[in-house]
Amino acid sequence: MATIAPHKIPPADATQRRAEPLIRRRSRRAELQKSWRLHWQLYLLAAVPLAYFVIFKYIPMAFTVIAFKDYSPVLGPWGSPWVGLDNFQRLFTNPVFLTLLENTFILAFYLVLASFPIPILLAIALNEIRNGWFKRTVQMVTYAPYFISTVVVVSITILVLSPRAGIVNEGLGHLGAGPIDFLGDPDAFRHIYVWSDVWQTMGYSAVIYMAALAGIDPALHEAARVDGASRLQRIRHIDLPGIMPTAVIMLILGVGNMMAIGFEKAYLLQNSLNLAQSEIIPTYVYKTGLINADFSMATAVGLFNSVVNLCLLLAVNFVAKRVTGNGLWR
Amino acid sequence: MNATTIPSAPKIREPFGDRVFTIVVTLMLLILLALVLMPLIYIVASSFSSPAAVNAGRVSFWPVEFSTEAYRSALSNSEILSGYYNSLIYAVAGTVISVTLTVAIAYPLSRKTFYGRNVIMTLLIFTMLFSGGLIPTYMVVHDLGMLDTRWALLIPGAIGVWQVIIARTFFANTIPDELYEASQLDGAGGLRTLWSVVLPLSKPLLAVLALMYTVYQWNTYFDALVYLKDPDLFPLQIVLRNILLLNTPRTGATDLAQQMHQIQLAYVLRYALIVISSLPVLILYPFVARFFTKGVMVGAVKG
Repeated sequence: MATIAPHKIPPADATQRRAEPLIRRRSRRAELQKSWRLHWQLYLLAAVPLAYFVIFKYIPMAFTVIAFKDYSPVLGPWGSPWVGLDNFQRLFTNPVFLTLLENTFILAFYLVLASFPIPILLAIALNEIRNGWFKRTVQMVTYAPYFISTVVVVSITILVLSPRAGIVNEGLGHLGAGPIDFLGDPDAFRHIYVWSDVWQTMGYSAVIYMAALAGIDPALHEAARVDGASRLQRIRHIDLPGIMPTAVIMLILGVGNMMAIGFEKAYLLQNSLNLAQSEIIPTYVYKTGLINADFSMATAVGLFNSVVNLCLLLAVNFVAKRVTGNGLWR
Repeated sequence: MNATTIPSAPKIREPFGDRVFTIVVTLMLLILLALVLMPLIYIVASSFSSPAAVNAGRVSFWPVEFSTEAYRSALSNSEILSGYYNSLIYAVAGTVISVTLTVAIAYPLSRKTFYGRNVIMTLLIFTMLFSGGLIPTYMVVHDLGMLDTRWALLIPGAIGVWQVIIARTFFANTIPDELYEASQLDGAGGLRTLWSVVLPLSKPLLAVLALMYTVYQWNTYFDALVYLKDPDLFPLQIVLRNILLLNTPRTGATDLAQQMHQIQLAYVLRYALIVISSLPVLILYPFVARFFTKGVMVGAVKG
């Protein structure tokens, strides 16, 4: 997803268009007619998936009006009475809100912080290995957990860390340390969440960097070697700059998805003991909306989350473009 | 793929520092390998151990008192079998629907002469950046009468924008314009061209899409958690969650020793379940990893 806006218009063309608006409008219609004659079957074909996007993506966006209403299922999203910003006011003055925000932000930042550099290190390390068999094995094995479901990863985590018979506590027992109930400790929740995520996704994320590394011109390495550069120096001055554009895009996407961090996993890792740190916005939305059936409130929280997320994405993209010249769109 | 296979000319002896570096890197990767593998080996080893040994915490990386009791118990559990069956249905039907819809939108968008494609693409990508959220989507699914039907797992998440981008990039980069001109001259309409010219040339893409959607359908549980209440429709992941995480050991035994054994068995059952449920995907994995890698890279190359 190197470029989000798929087609950049050459600047020369753009100015030309601005100069002749009238002709352009007429030609636009002609263009449409021509395209329809040629592709009418494809327009019909595309109609079904387009309907999907309207129904399951854009109509829900319209339904977010209920965040500003007192939703009642009988009156429907349009008929329910407006309440202005009441839901948001209720949310922001709720003491739970600050905890929620803090939990979500810290977890998200921690996750990006840990899961951004590790795949890069892994890819660079793999790239330095000459033994093809060893390299392939490490790649295969680190990639495999990506295919395991969240439910299973969480179960593995819980079983491995279990104070009852888990292997970690067994090991601690040999060292003379008492069994620790990791999942019952709110302070451990974030570490468990983040590092099990790194365990699951580092091999997958490394693939992208491996591809970027493979695209680096070998002549650069050759030349550096002739000049007497050590491996570390070559990594620093050739490999790292070479994967920089990819890394920037991945970081932007990582931050862009920050607030959308997995409901799936947090919800499964939650228990009454670690709730103080494991309750994040998505899990709160689920509980408020579907368990307590407070649709308006849940939508307000969700909307708040989406907006913050979008702002973060735009901000990171802006900074990244300023600093490195790479961004999601030009 | 191998960037490192530089045709290294006459063997130059590597400097001392570089050799040390190689050793350090290899050691680090070995440690990493162990860290990734250890939990998996522990799970498999425990699943083949006797319930008593697992509960006493005597198992580490090799089965203790080898036993297949947990597997026998898992495979005779009707909930698990029904979950397996449902997941197969969701995976197959969901993949067919998703791949069809993805191609149906990605192919037109890949044609340069398809009017409005930039606007449509922007609209699709916007849905990646901003979404209505859980409740509004739930309301739509509810209004369509899909709640508590199989459709709820097949339709609302049917098209991934990311997959559309991959497919569109593939079509745009691999099908030359001359081919379209030729098929147009031969009098083939848009659909005929897609079916007889484009799709036969796009088998690698179809494989990538099918794999991505299959793995997604097999592994996800969120939609089922939100949209389904009827246990007969539960996919495997929900059944797994109920058994693995919700802690519901049921014992019909009256005698204490037997009850003890059943509780222990319920605990080992989790290990066996993890293996059983992940097996299909992990067996497929070595064969499909190559395609997956390709898919990731197609998407990573410019859109």
